[in-house]
Amino acid sequence: MTQKLRLDGGRLDRTKALNFTFDGQAFQGYEGDTLASALMANGVRLIGRSFKYHRPRGVFTSGSEEPNALVELRSDARQEPNTRATVAELFDGLDARSQNRGPSLRWDPLAINDLFSNFLTAGFYYKTFMWPKSFWEKLYEPAIRRAAGLGSLSMQDDPDEYDKGFLHCDLLVIGAGPAGLMAAQIAGRAGARVIVADEDFLMGGRLNAERQEVGGMAGHDWAASVVSELHSMDNVRVMPRTSIIGAYDHGTYGAVERVQDHIHTPVSGKPRQILWRIYSKRAVLCAGATERPIAFPNNDRPGISLAASLRAYANRWATAPASRVAVFTNNDDGHRTAADLMARGVDVAAVVDVRQKAAKLSDARLIAGAQVIGTKGRQGLKSIRVRHSDGRLETISCGALGVSGGWNPNVHMTCHQNGRPVWDEDIAAFVPGADLPPGMSVAGAAKGLFTTTDALRNGAEEASAILSDLGFASGGATELPQADDAAYEHEPIYHVTHGKGRAWLDLQNDVTVKDVKLAHQENFRSVEHLKRYTTLGMATDQGKTSNVGALAVMAELTGKSIPETGTTVFRPPYTPVTVGAFGGRSVGAHYRPIRKTPSHKWAEENGAPLVRAGNWLRARWFPKSGETHWRESVDREVMHVRSKVGICDVSTLGKIDVQGADAAAFLNKVYANGFAKLAVGKVRYGLMLREEGILYDDGTAARLGEDHFVITTTTANAALVLRNMEFARQCLWPDMDVQLISTTEAWAQFAVAGPKSRELLQRVVDEKFDITNETFPFMACGELSVCDGLRARLFRISFSGELAYEIAVPARYGAAMWRRMLELGKDLDVIPYGVEALDVMRIEKGHPTGRELDGTTTALNMGMERMVSRKKDSIGSVLDQREGMIRTDGLRLVGLKPVNTSETFTAGTNLVNDGAEIVINNDQGRVTSACFSPSLGHCIGLALLKNGDARMGEVVRVVSPAQNTDVKVEVTTTHFFDPDGGRLRA
Amino acid sequence: MLINHPLLGPRDAQEFIYLGDARLIDRPDWQAADAQEQFFEYTYLRDNPAGEHKELWFHEYGDRSWLVVTRNTVTHEITHVELASEAARARGRSK
Repeated sequence: MTQKLRLDGGRLDRTKALNFTFDGQAFQGYEGDTLASALMANGVRLIGRSFKYHRPRGVFTSGSEEPNALVELRSDARQEPNTRATVAELFDGLDARSQNRGPSLRWDPLAINDLFSNFLTAGFYYKTFMWPKSFWEKLYEPAIRRAAGLGSLSMQDDPDEYDKGFLHCDLLVIGAGPAGLMAAQIAGRAGARVIVADEDFLMGGRLNAERQEVGGMAGHDWAASVVSELHSMDNVRVMPRTSIIGAYDHGTYGAVERVQDHIHTPVSGKPRQILWRIYSKRAVLCAGATERPIAFPNNDRPGISLAASLRAYANRWATAPASRVAVFTNNDDGHRTAADLMARGVDVAAVVDVRQKAAKLSDARLIAGAQVIGTKGRQGLKSIRVRHSDGRLETISCGALGVSGGWNPNVHMTCHQNGRPVWDEDIAAFVPGADLPPGMSVAGAAKGLFTTTDALRNGAEEASAILSDLGFASGGATELPQADDAAYEHEPIYHVTHGKGRAWLDLQNDVTVKDVKLAHQENFRSVEHLKRYTTLGMATDQGKTSNVGALAVMAELTGKSIPETGTTVFRPPYTPVTVGAFGGRSVGAHYRPIRKTPSHKWAEENGAPLVRAGNWLRARWFPKSGETHWRESVDREVMHVRSKVGICDVSTLGKIDVQGADAAAFLNKVYANGFAKLAVGKVRYGLMLREEGILYDDGTAARLGEDHFVITTTTANAALVLRNMEFARQCLWPDMDVQLISTTEAWAQFAVAGPKSRELLQRVVDEKFDITNETFPFMACGELSVCDGLRARLFRISFSGELAYEIAVPARYGAAMWRRMLELGKDLDVIPYGVEALDVMRIEKGHPTGRELDGTTTALNMGMERMVSRKKDSIGSVLDQREGMIRTDGLRLVGLKPVNTSETFTAGTNLVNDGAEIVINNDQGRVTSACFSPSLGHCIGLALLKNGDARMGEVVRVVSPAQNTDVKVEVTTTHFFDPDGGRLRA
Repeated sequence: MLINHPLLGPRDAQEFIYLGDARLIDRPDWQAADAQEQFFEYTYLRDNPAGEHKELWFHEYGDRSWLVVTRNTVTHEITHVELASEAARARGRSK
């Protein structure tokens, strides 16, 4: 296929021909092309189908504001939907496809929607698919989704890597057009740390799209020379292919750098895109302006584009949009398109200017005071219908029409922190208001200064003012290059009033002038309502070419001015960002960190299934050969610990070291029970409350010295407890002499439980330390040494209800300690046990965990009300005495066992009285924990039951309508096993 | 957002955990006659000003200082940052 519309010149490297396909057909372009320019050069005008009516559509713009030309790029896992062809840099081997179409782009059965457009107006879905209700989910929604979708996903994992990074600068220059380059050059020369970012792969902005001279050379050559100078400066970071997406607080900007989007197969190990967080002292927004269209009947045909975009295609990308072109304008800039196209040998049929007194600014035929009121050409423009000022109609044949309705400054980022733009009557456009994000300046066309001379001058001025604020000596007078300064003459018009047929305002969402009228008629008149009712300004282009036009129509209808009608709020991101860039490296296994216990490797070697507990991985059980069901392993581990000895890795428990003269007094404040009188060498169980009186954590506090405690927290709350304790220390009792530090990662800690646990430990603990029952009784603790001099801490505490200890060694010795205990205990038949057996044994003993301390329960609910001291001030001890929380018939923790011991139940079920109907009003409480107790031979559970402690022996029912559970249970004590605790004192 | 930590200089807000109104420093006297009423207000009732707000931030991914940050809730402008322990002492808290 030849590039039949290719012109001479342009910013292309013609030595590098690039082969690509569109809908399977092979084409060729050059390095420097976008997909849009290469398709245009090859005479392809039909690029896609519209969102709602499936109307044929082509390229409308030459930049990131593109509403129409959305395509799918690449295939398989790299398939990328909804990409704007106008910013897709061409590369060799690019595989692109049209989307939202039927079997082929030219024949699309859903284009029938277009014939029913009278029914598919604004609010159609809300009005039509209301009934029958059941049809919505199964019929309407899937059908609508299929019809109205855009591109499709590959449903495969993205094979590319994305990264995040951080940058710092004195001045961030957003946009590298004339204003931005001028600002960057001045700041760079003054020695400031500068970042200059532009979304385009070729810096220079409109200078690359115009024939103007700057400083006595071609504008694009001047831009290239400045970019080259900036590259040579160590203090300047030049970032092409980088979109600034948002202005965040305190000078922070978000940016997406498309590092490898233009490479066929991204180099592995390097990111495809980087999401940058840029910390700037100051920023200057040089984002330029976006041309706006004029709405007229059938203004959406392929071949109709913005006039300045046609000029960009001709000048920068050396392609004509068609062999014969017309221009429809309300301002002088449209004439420039005609002049530039003619200079490149393209036939310009006419310049239709709405202004009666339009000056003739090109050699093309000028039709002044006229309007384009219709077009023909179903799959590509064939002719336009022109209404002359005297009412005479004329048909002009042309394959492309450039439309210019004036220019809108790109004010978006000036509004990211609640700023509102203001209306400038002179240019009939919104310009940045006074309430800019702190640290931001605006220069050039983004501020409404539309000539190149003004842009250069203003870029220099803003940069100089910023440099002087930041204390940089001005780098001497930088001479401004000479440039064009033609005035911007225009006459506002947003839609034509003659002609028949729909006139599109928002091409991406298929919103027409008629839809806005309907919204007005149905009283959706505020801008925000208009937007949501018609979907105007949504999706990938966020209304960059449509918002002002729609506002103008609404303003006409309401009889208000445009500024009175208002603007919608601009929010980040400025242009679409891939989810991959936001995810960065936090995908798959790296979604969150993994914390491994000291025994992790051993557990893996021995085939233990692992479970996540927060970020920790913990062994659930340790299967023996021949065991086929988890219950076999867990039951065995429980029975073994209760008869012999087992070890369990409990290093995940939070550990906080508390030291200082006021350590005991401090713990008295943060624990509900008393700690002041705890003797050195003793451990005490402690309850922590939130200030509102709810239980939030429990653990143990071991007093290793007068001024030294080590406390444990539950695994889940380790960070939270330290945070709250620091709050208490710094904000509530700042003069207490106490210091806190987390030692969770510093100590490996193992439970050693079972009748033979002391015997095992005596083989580990160095001989000089006596750990007999007499000198080291239940709830004793101490610092000692193990394995010939390794320092260790020993706590005689028991979660299992057996004679048990927890031994702690420095974390780096944890793995070795684990293996040593298994080795030294071989003849005692020591086994490892996992968190499931740990849980079964604690339920058998009635110990609460996070299942019971679920953020709604109090000490009274747990039957632990006597632990909350009334003789001292501690967090939560006032509000836990509130009326509603001390009612005697409230929930109490009880034990449950099935009346028929062969029946089972699970946690998360509810309780009702025997004989009661299963309805919410009969709810008597809930089962918090349940398991099969191998020690008792039947299922047991812990539950919160209304008035539970007065109901011992009563029969209630565990029910779950969702699981069809209905089991009669007897209310019992929570101490199922060894209720008098004889075993743990043995 | 950037928080100018009095000891460490400007730090990204991502390093901090937000708690809320700095009046949480003013924990009531547990032995007051109307202690329950005071604690109820202390725990549950907050002003929600549009404008300047003194609030508590915890440098969890840093030095674990609690800070009192004076921030404008409308503009996010931060006008003052101090160590919460010093603010607490200034408000009469001790042991």
